[in-house]
Formats: sequence, structure tokens, C-alpha cells
Amino acid sequence: MATDRYALEVPLRLQSRAQRRRWEERAVRGILLFFALVSILTTLGIIYVLLQETVLFFRQVSFAQFFLDTRWTPLFLSQRFGIWPLVNGTVLVAAGAMLVALPLGLLAAIYMSEYAGERVRQILKPFLEILAGVPTVVYGYFALTFITPILRSVFPQTQVFNAASAAIAMGFMILPMVASLSEDALYAVPYSVREAAYALGATRWEVATQVVVPGALSGIVAAFILAVSRAVGETMIVAIAAGQQPKLTLNPLESIETMTAYIVQVSLGDTPQQSLAYRTIFAVGMMLFAMTLGMNVTSHLLIRRFREVYE
Amino acid sequence: MRQGTQPIRADQGFAPTFKPNLPYRKAMGVAWEAVALLAILLGIAMLLTLLVKVFLDGLPYLRPQLFTEFPSRFPDQAGLRSALQGSIWLMVLTALLSFPLGVGTGIYLEEFAPKNVLTRFLEINVANLAGVPSIIYGLLGLGLFVRGLGLGRSLLAGVLTMTLVILPVIIVSTREALRAVPASIREAALALGASRWEMVRDHVLAYSMGGIFTGMILALSRAIGETAPLITIGALTYIAFDLHGPLDIFTVLPIQIFNWVSMPQQAFQRLAAAGIIVLLALLLSMNSLAIWLRNRLQKRW
Repeated sequence: MATDRYALEVPLRLQSRAQRRRWEERAVRGILLFFALVSILTTLGIIYVLLQETVLFFRQVSFAQFFLDTRWTPLFLSQRFGIWPLVNGTVLVAAGAMLVALPLGLLAAIYMSEYAGERVRQILKPFLEILAGVPTVVYGYFALTFITPILRSVFPQTQVFNAASAAIAMGFMILPMVASLSEDALYAVPYSVREAAYALGATRWEVATQVVVPGALSGIVAAFILAVSRAVGETMIVAIAAGQQPKLTLNPLESIETMTAYIVQVSLGDTPQQSLAYRTIFAVGMMLFAMTLGMNVTSHLLIRRFREVYE
Repeated sequence: MRQGTQPIRADQGFAPTFKPNLPYRKAMGVAWEAVALLAILLGIAMLLTLLVKVFLDGLPYLRPQLFTEFPSRFPDQAGLRSALQGSIWLMVLTALLSFPLGVGTGIYLEEFAPKNVLTRFLEINVANLAGVPSIIYGLLGLGLFVRGLGLGRSLLAGVLTMTLVILPVIIVSTREALRAVPASIREAALALGASRWEMVRDHVLAYSMGGIFTGMILALSRAIGETAPLITIGALTYIAFDLHGPLDIFTVLPIQIFNWVSMPQQAFQRLAAAGIIVLLALLLSMNSLAIWLRNRLQKRW
């Protein structure tokens, strides 16, 4: 009798425990999936907010006014809405930053992956990490109070706020990112490829530049594109050091304005909400979002193709 | 760079004109090695110059009033009190909100997600969110939290916005920490009859907590230096009273620094440098904590 009761009880208890576990499992899975969906909601939110205000903006301003005009003066009495001066400023600073970040970053990556021993790497790497971790407002301060005075003593015609100073600071800020992403790409080239080149009598530098770098090229290009995207979206350095004068120019010593700096300028000012001038920041934001998204997607596609080659 | 030698390529082999001028090629190799090392040293030199410059500029204003006084029109009386309060509140609340969201998403993608279209979409989405400029998150916060939810320029709106900014960072670092736990641990747990969640909770998370916390602290140190999204949602620069709750208007360290940098007077620039020293000290201590945690909690397999 006693054994019978025992035989009955155990399966029941086990069953209820199993049920509870299954229920718990399902609940946890549901909660975690919900958390994960927040990131999708974020993307939808970005697109919704930008699109909504941009549509309202384009009800009042035509596409032709936005894309064909060459002047950007939404905050003045005679409003003009040509986006190109802001794009010009953005591209000018980003290009300058790339002139610094790309060669230095790639050289740094080659050194780290092909030359440096483990000990040297462990000394150098933290410095690059700190360089990447310094807040951008600090780089802005450095550009304005250190780089600009030097530029002005070398080129007296340099304006107090100028594209070059912001670009140089931004270049050093992005250098670690280029270095670390390119380094990953160089690492992914199998060691056997290097050994084959050494066996043919190539020197270390020849192996690095003529075998490893070409082998990792798509990864390196992907890193470069991500770096450009980062430079285009960078805000505080240009807001502090590059000025507030949207214009079409290729002279880096002049004061310009980038898309991001414009958004900051309006956010800080007392432009009334719901006004057309206020809506411009969402239209500019939409343009910025489209540009960076395009570059990021291109970069990810490149990285995926690159992975397929060696795996 | 290729003077004297022909390029060596795997696909074309050695060209007939190749001159095996080994001493020259070796010398070129050494020269370029020096140039590459110089590139890194240039970056490091820039960093050191920046630190020295900021330190020299800000040292005179690094005095007790900097921490106890509110901002002021007079540089001698101005301090970071409200900005420090805002930064610390923002960091704590953002941590509380972003930890479950980010780590949960990381766990889901790494341990639970089935291989299907939704999962792929989620992964691509997270990768793209990581590349969205932070100022765009500011516009999102402005449209959604400040106006949509009617939170105004409150600390809460800032916390929600900043949570979204650092979420992709936390997700990525959580996944890396989870991936470092070998499959054998998971298989052992499952073989003993653990459910998937039991396996994650009792074994995988137990071993990866060090890495997850490290990633979390690094994400928060990004949040504390982030300026643009908070300016966009309208965080103010001049606040002369204490912060009492999440619905109060607020300011943070980098915004206060930005405000001082923008002032024409030399004294305010110096004050900005002093603010930067405080900000960097805060970041340095957080990063040290992260490194300490990593060394202490992270398990080597």
C-alpha cells in the first residue's frame, strides 16, 4: 500500500515541476524576446519621428528648394533651404579627418598585427583605447584651444572657427577605430598565406603590404567606410571648433557648418517649436541618417563577403 | 616603395626582371616598420599633449568651489554642482534601465533565438543601430520622449534617450562575453537535464558575469561623455538648483563644459578645462574598475 502511494505521488510531483519549468522557460523566453524587440522599436521610432517631421517640412518647402538651392539660411528673415552648404561642410571635415585617420590607422594596424610582439601590443593597445574613449567634447576643446592657434600661426588667414582644426582632432579621435577594425581584418588572413610568401623569399614588409593587406582589402575598406560614417555623424568637435557658417567652399581654413553642428545650433537657440525653422533639424537629420545608414550597410555587406572568403 | 623591385604577387609569381636586392629590400622593410611605429606613437603623442594641455589649463580652477557651486556668470564663483548631480543621476538611472534591456537582448540572441528570419533581422538591426550617429538618437528622444510622451526636458527623457544610445554597445559586449563560455559547459548542463534557462542562469551567466559587467561599465562611460543627444533633447546649460527627481530639468558635465568652451572669456575656457579634468577622472576611475573586474571575474578557458 505504502509503495503504491509513493509510486503515485512521485510522477505527480515530477509532472507539476516539469510543467512549472516549462512555464518558466516560456515566460523567460517571452520576456527576453520582448527586450530584443525594443531595438527594433528603436529603429522604427527613428524612422517614424524623422519621416513625420520631414513630411511636414516638405509640405512647406519644395524638393527643388531643398536640393537645388545653394544657400542655407532657415534662421534668417529671408529663408533659403538649400542643403548643399551643410553637406559641403560635413564632407569637407570628414574628408580632412580621413586624411589623418586612414593612413595613420592603417599603418598602426599593420604594425600591431605584423610587427609588434605580444608585450609591445599590450603596452600600445591601452593607449589607443584611451584615445578612442576620450569624450568628443574634450577633442572639441583641444581643437579650439590648441590646434587652431597653431594653424593660425602657420597660416595667418585661418579663421578662429575653421574646418581644418576640427578635422585634425576628429582624425585622431577616429584613428583607433580604423586601427582596430583594420587589425581584425589583417588577423583574419590565414597564417599559411604569410608563410607561403616568406617561403618565396619576401621580406616582412613585402609580406605585409603585398600579401596580407591585399588579402584583407575588403575588410579594410569596410573599416574605412565605417570611419567615414562615424566622421559624418560626429557632432561636438565640429559644433565647438568648425563654426556656424554654412557655405560652399573647399578651403579648410574657413569657417563652415556641418549638418550635425546645425542641429546643435538650433537645439541651443530659442527657435519656437512647430515652426518651419525648427522642422529643418529633422529634415537635416533625415539626410544625415540616410547618408550614414547607406555607408553602414555597404560596410556590413563588404565584411560579410570578406568573411566568406576565408571561412 | 617598390623602387628597385617588382611587386611580388601570388598570382603572377616572380617577374623575370625581379632583382633580388636583399639588403635594399630589408632596409626598406626596416624603414617602413619605423614609419608604422611612428604612426602609433603620433597618436599617443597627441593624447599626451591633449592631457597635458587640459591639465595645465584647468589646474588653477580645480578647487573645492568647482564641486560645490552652481554655474554662474562670474567664472570665480562658477562650479559644476548641478552638472555633477545630473551626470551621476543620469548614469545610475541609465544603468538600471539599460542593464536588463541590453543584457536580456544579448542573452536572447546568443542563447535562445531560433535561426529564422526574425533573428537575422534583429541582428542586422542591432548592427545598424550601433552605427547611427548619437545626435539622431537625440532627435528620436525629442520627438518621442520630450514631445510624444510629454516628458519635457526632464532627466527621465534624457535617461530614456541615453539608454537607447548605449543599448547596442551593451548587446554586443554581452554577446561577446557569452560567446567566450565554451560549448562544453552548456552541453554538460543540458545533459544533466537542465532546461535552457536553467543552463543560462546557473552556468553560462555565472561564468560570463565578469565580461558582461565590464561591457556595461564601458557602455556607461560612453554615456557619461556623450553630449549631442542631450543637447538635442534640450538639456539646459544653466541650472542653479539641486536635482530632486527624474522629472526635473537637468544638465550634465559635458554640456556644462561645452557651454563654458563656447564663452568668449578666457577664464571660462580655463573653467571648461577644469571640468574636463573632472570628467576624465570620472572616466578613468570607471575604466579602472572595468579592468579590475575583467581581471578578477573573467575566467580563462
